[in-house]
Amino acid sequence: MDYLLTVITFLPLAAVLLILFIPREEERTIKNMAIGLSFIPLVLATVLWFSFDKGMDGFQFEFIAEWIPAINVNYHVGADGLSVPLIFLTALLTTLSMIYSSFTIKNRVKEFFLLFFLLQMGMFGVFISLDLVLFYVFWEIGLVPMYLLIGIWGQAKDRPQYSAIKFFLYTLAGSVFMLLAILALYFTHGTFDIVELAQVESIFNGVSWMAILAFWAFFIAFAIKVPLFPFHTWLPDAHTAAPTAGSVILAGVLLKLGGFGMMRIALPVFPEQFAYYCWDVPVIPILALFSIIYGALVCMAQWDLKRLIAYSSVSHMGYFMLGIAAAAAAYGRSGLEEAAAMASNGAAMQMFNHGIITGGLFFLVGVIYERAHSRDLALKDADGQPLRDEDNKVIPAFGGLGKMTPYYYGIFLVTAFASLGLPGLAGFWAEFFVFRGAFEIMPWFAAIGILGIVVTAAYILWKIVQYVFLGDFSMDRWNQVTHGATLSDMVSFEKVTMWPLVGLMILFGVFPTPLVDFFNSFAQALFGG
Amino acid sequence: MTEFFFNLVWLLPFLPLASFALIVLWTNRNRLLSTWIAWIGIGLAWILGWIILYLTFQDIHGLVPPAGGARIIAYAIPTGSNELVLGFQVDTLTSVMLLMVPFVCLMIFIYSKGYMNYGTENVDSRYSRFFAYISLFACGMLGLVVADNFVSLLIFWEIMGLCSYLLIGFWFDKSYPDPKRITPKEAGLKAFLTTRIGDVIMLAGLLLLYSQTGTLTFQEVFSEEALQHLATTYAFGNVPWATIIALLIFGGAVGKSAQFPLHVWLPDAMEGPTPVSALIHAATMVSAGVYLVARSFPLFLAGGSGAMSVVAIIGAFTALFASTIAIAQNDIKRVLAYSTISQLGYMIAALGIGAYAAAVFHLIMHAFFKALLFMGSGSVIHGVEHGHHHAHHGAHGHEEEEFDANDMMNMGGLLKRMPRTGWTFIIGALALTGIFPFAGFWSKDEILGEAWYEFIEGSGAGVAPTLDLVVFVLLVTAAVLTAFYTGRQVFLTFFGEPRTEAAEHAPESTGSMTWPLIILAFFAAFLGLSGTPWANQFFFMLGEEAEFLDFHLHHAEFNLPVALFSLAVAGGGWLVAWLIYGRKPLTEAVDPLEKPLGPVYTLLKNKYYFDELYQAVIINPTIAFASWCARFDRVVIDAIVNAVGAVGRWLASWLRRAIDTPIVDGAVNGVGWVTNWCGEFMRATQTGNVQNYLLVAAVTVLLLLALFLIRA
Repeated sequence: MDYLLTVITFLPLAAVLLILFIPREEERTIKNMAIGLSFIPLVLATVLWFSFDKGMDGFQFEFIAEWIPAINVNYHVGADGLSVPLIFLTALLTTLSMIYSSFTIKNRVKEFFLLFFLLQMGMFGVFISLDLVLFYVFWEIGLVPMYLLIGIWGQAKDRPQYSAIKFFLYTLAGSVFMLLAILALYFTHGTFDIVELAQVESIFNGVSWMAILAFWAFFIAFAIKVPLFPFHTWLPDAHTAAPTAGSVILAGVLLKLGGFGMMRIALPVFPEQFAYYCWDVPVIPILALFSIIYGALVCMAQWDLKRLIAYSSVSHMGYFMLGIAAAAAAYGRSGLEEAAAMASNGAAMQMFNHGIITGGLFFLVGVIYERAHSRDLALKDADGQPLRDEDNKVIPAFGGLGKMTPYYYGIFLVTAFASLGLPGLAGFWAEFFVFRGAFEIMPWFAAIGILGIVVTAAYILWKIVQYVFLGDFSMDRWNQVTHGATLSDMVSFEKVTMWPLVGLMILFGVFPTPLVDFFNSFAQALFGG
Repeated sequence: MTEFFFNLVWLLPFLPLASFALIVLWTNRNRLLSTWIAWIGIGLAWILGWIILYLTFQDIHGLVPPAGGARIIAYAIPTGSNELVLGFQVDTLTSVMLLMVPFVCLMIFIYSKGYMNYGTENVDSRYSRFFAYISLFACGMLGLVVADNFVSLLIFWEIMGLCSYLLIGFWFDKSYPDPKRITPKEAGLKAFLTTRIGDVIMLAGLLLLYSQTGTLTFQEVFSEEALQHLATTYAFGNVPWATIIALLIFGGAVGKSAQFPLHVWLPDAMEGPTPVSALIHAATMVSAGVYLVARSFPLFLAGGSGAMSVVAIIGAFTALFASTIAIAQNDIKRVLAYSTISQLGYMIAALGIGAYAAAVFHLIMHAFFKALLFMGSGSVIHGVEHGHHHAHHGAHGHEEEEFDANDMMNMGGLLKRMPRTGWTFIIGALALTGIFPFAGFWSKDEILGEAWYEFIEGSGAGVAPTLDLVVFVLLVTAAVLTAFYTGRQVFLTFFGEPRTEAAEHAPESTGSMTWPLIILAFFAAFLGLSGTPWANQFFFMLGEEAEFLDFHLHHAEFNLPVALFSLAVAGGGWLVAWLIYGRKPLTEAVDPLEKPLGPVYTLLKNKYYFDELYQAVIINPTIAFASWCARFDRVVIDAIVNAVGAVGRWLASWLRRAIDTPIVDGAVNGVGWVTNWCGEFMRATQTGNVQNYLLVAAVTVLLLLALFLIRA
């Protein structure tokens, strides 16, 4: 069992090697092979899920080996309540993405699946790393395949090269500072080990300016990835350009790397600094509130479906950030351990749930895009502005799909309602616990942030559901928008992709205990309480 | 025995949920099977619900432990070192609600089969889906009343909100020629978003409550220590947490029960199919807000007069406000919608003045007669629509002008054409207006009596006696108006002569529609007798609840003058309605009040322009602000990112032009150039001519020789 995490992480690399030996013309074989191989990490992640002991403190499945002894770099991996669900999420979304892509990717099939496995390895690696150098290496490994996925398989009209390079450079710029901070930590404390660093009583031996600089270096690197306002503008571009599966992984897992970094490194290693900027000088919660409300408002003004959902990620990850800010702000204030644990649980749940829900939403956008080759919500005039009819109402580009494609409508509705946090679906519990913690720790911030829930409902139901599914369907308009594409309801592979996600949304909406158990074991270790 | 059935309480929401799942997943294509699955689900829930009610009633003092109700824990969610425990419970308030909820649901389910035109060529294309949605809705409402904590309550509450959204927008592809008229899809959105505002306020209240008490389970929140703590710790100044929390929770009730100022969604919700209006927007979901306040009543009491006064004023004001709008509406369902808002205001006001049992009593009575009235109106609309088709069938040249089957001006004289619908509607109307001995008389009188009693005695639950008087006056005025607009509705619809061909040819509806009407009419007529002042079973049952929750529930003595007064008031309303609309029936579609009331009539007809106000003050600015944010994102934030990129590129190209090309590359090239020059120079010596080389060698030797000789 010691090798379980290592096996999960490097299986995708083995898959890459195997696929390399298949001739590129054998597309069917490559696709089947890729899907088959991606099930192995998924099964192992499920094994990990069930064999993890939630009652135990500390890391499990821990494994440590020397890597570069000269500078005390170790191959140190382990899993705790925070990482196990995220590893599962990564494995699940990768498998679903591969199933989906095997039907939709038409060119450079071999390269696509190779890169996808490489990406998966990078993501797994980040979640299991307990050594900063290892963490950094995996962090950067994930960048390259994503850059290529966006750049090569992106839709030509969405400027894929620009978006890809923007994504790459923005993230890289953040991680450069992180690398400096990692080195600073090493030169002060002589170790790259995350677990050891988290136990250091006074980080940088009390040299506060060093600690503050290092904290912000880590924080900004993670905040760009989350992304937190105002570091978010790479996200809509990257999402719009990326192929469907790329968007799913980007929203579903890559954003969580930032969140995971906050919870794995920034919070445990720099609790005082984090608390200071969340409570004494509350910059971070203010940015979180901006993400929530500003992000939601920007959604309301979007006319491109994919861009809208990209901005909804900004808003939704704002809830995550508010939860983390609340948990951090409780540091050193007695009597708030419970609240901090709940805020942290809520934040972690928001990561997981956002992964399944927004991942699902991107699959669903893919469904309509594959048919219509358009994601516009409204008919547009020559300037790209929405057209209005004589009653000054915007003319929807689709409209009435609810009648024509009832299955698609049904699945979309469940996902959309999960996204707006309807109680009884997964999204609710995350928001509930984030705000539960925040209301006790920083009530005014919570009171402002909770307004975001109303705006979220507005843009999802008004902008998405109403413009795409409601109203009367007109074949003429459909032909005009799609240049005569055929309209069909969801087909089997699309259904198969969505079923597990919808199932999880309902399961964790009705019965969140199995998920919260994981995160709570992490929170208890971190916050006591 | 008791325990056995109480342990099955979780089945109440689960049965219709199972129907929903079965219909959605498997029987969607088979309409008859879907109908039966929905009926069986709700039917079993009804039987179980009434068994539980009966057992509670039988054994009210010996309810299984813990005292005050039976509780089943479903599961717990870890929260740090504690847990959030979710489960179900039965207590007397739950049981009282079970008298109404599953039964009214069942009636409406049966009615829906006919209403959605089962077995005719007009059958709705989404017929099965309709039954799925209303089953899910029933799950929400039943779950709400059996929840043992605020989180489960919120979950079921929102399931209802979801179903309300889906069902109002059920005919989402419908559009009207009049662009001003709200379409079903817009009405659904409006309903969901408006109630969502209330829900978020309520969520904030629940989270604060959770923060303060560490629990959301009813039994623990309403325990003496928790309430004591809430009433004596202060949020700010001398406002205790209990007041803040109670008022925030009340926000949810204001949204869901369509109280002022969040009332605007309910009238437009009438765009949904009529069974939905009866089920969701009259009998059950809208009364969930009242139920919420009743459920949290100890918390409101702990909130003191601050909380209770707000509740009383909002309720009483809404009761009057909505009834004034109702008198100028011509849409048969919208009149009922405003009536519902008004009656919900009655209940809320009753809770505000501390008349807990009277409010719940009125809630139950109202559900029966208002469901009856809505289904009656649906039957009328159905009939008029058929009459319209009949009248125009074969008439060549289809008229393009739209015919509104909801408009009472297009009706008249329907009592003769539709006797079952007509008479049951009249019974419902009498019950609504509080005419002896129908249901509404007893419950409305109970509320008015309590208000009067509180005013005279000045005791009660913390609201100032003058406020009691204000509430009394507002409610009495509302009662007059209620009788007036209801009378107007009855006379316009059922009496006089048909004003259109459609009304002339309207057929009576089928049995699956009229039988539920008859059954409900029976209840609307006689159920009030269960709550007579001399043997009020509601006080009997809820008194136990109150004792357990440790608040005193007093019962105003029957006050004959008040009862006669309220009866006289209602009779007066009917009389005026008869004088204007009944004595000399209208022959054309103009309201005789339009002229004398003038601008007031216009104001009422336009609902005090609240929709326009909200559009101008809230919706448009929000949309404009959103567009501004999006532009800001593009031209400022993203521009900064791009500018950083551009600066990088400019710096690179400057470095290339100013440093790299002239200096670095220049140095490299310079070395090459020097070498080259040297080569060129040296090349001159390389002539390839042997004589030259010999000459150079000879000269060199001579020079060296000379040098050597000189040195030596």
